[in-house]
Amino acid sequence: MKEFTVRVLIEPKPELLDPQGQAVERAIKDLGLAHISQTRVGKLVKFKLKAVSLPQARERVSEIAHKLLANPVIERYSVEVEEL
Amino acid sequence: MHAAVVVFPGSNCDLDAYYVLKDLLGIETTLLWYRERDLSEYDLILLPGGFAYGDYLRAGAIARFAPVVQALPEYIEKQRGLVLGICNGFQVLTEAGLLPGALAPNINRRFICKSVKLRVENAYTPFTQLCREGELLELPIAHGEGRYIASEETIERLKRNRQILFRYYEENPNGSLESIAGIMDETGTVFGMMPHPERNCERLLGLGEGLKIFQALAQALTPGPSPVITHGRGVAQAG
Repeated sequence: MKEFTVRVLIEPKPELLDPQGQAVERAIKDLGLAHISQTRVGKLVKFKLKAVSLPQARERVSEIAHKLLANPVIERYSVEVEEL
Repeated sequence: MHAAVVVFPGSNCDLDAYYVLKDLLGIETTLLWYRERDLSEYDLILLPGGFAYGDYLRAGAIARFAPVVQALPEYIEKQRGLVLGICNGFQVLTEAGLLPGALAPNINRRFICKSVKLRVENAYTPFTQLCREGELLELPIAHGEGRYIASEETIERLKRNRQILFRYYEENPNGSLESIAGIMDETGTVFGMMPHPERNCERLLGLGEGLKIFQALAQALTPGPSPVITHGRGVAQAG
């Protein structure tokens, strides 16, 4: 078994209005430091996982993300898996 | 008739629902711990409001893996009885895939706690049979994640099958698509709504309009002639 570090990034689907992202964007603009746009606020879930191979680890992580970490109706996710 | 009110760690409207069923309507009611798997005794499973598992990750996301929720598909498949999800209970039912769509954070980013007007969109269901179509009910809402979202295709299907039972009237408080406040599944036995009928069942707390929903359930689940089809695919037959 190999050990992997996993990062799952979850964000609201592009077509879904993200009021939290809008509020953060307004605040960033109030800082007066940058012209920014399209701010989205999501979540990061990190964990370690044991699997026999990288493909197997990726498969497991995708299943976890799809079934629990993200709600596919309103969110999309991306997965980063690295061998330790 | 025997009703079960499910108690998750973090439920906080369980006793209100229990009070309405047991004390106001005299229905045999059990507070059912979320670890239970056997639902065969119960004619009604009520998933109450609250914050099951602290709403960690997303509202309802973790509660859907609770044994009692895992037992629901079989309960529904067998058409054993009715399932009512109120507020957090509605969120659990969508997360579990037992109702379509999802409940996203309110459009104004705030937790909203106030009375709202609802329009009855379909009165030919076991949940709304004591209402008139187009009737307005005033019920409290209290949620941070109540913005109903679903694909265009799902919304069309909900409309076509008359699965939308309640819409917010005049004001859409949380930004829900189509002002949706409550929907039923395709079997006509599972219903989820964001407003809290159990919080307006007595004149002391308003006009008591919420009681109609519980009375309708009791009528649908009590043996004897009933004007409404409580089982089977009776959803589209209304009208």
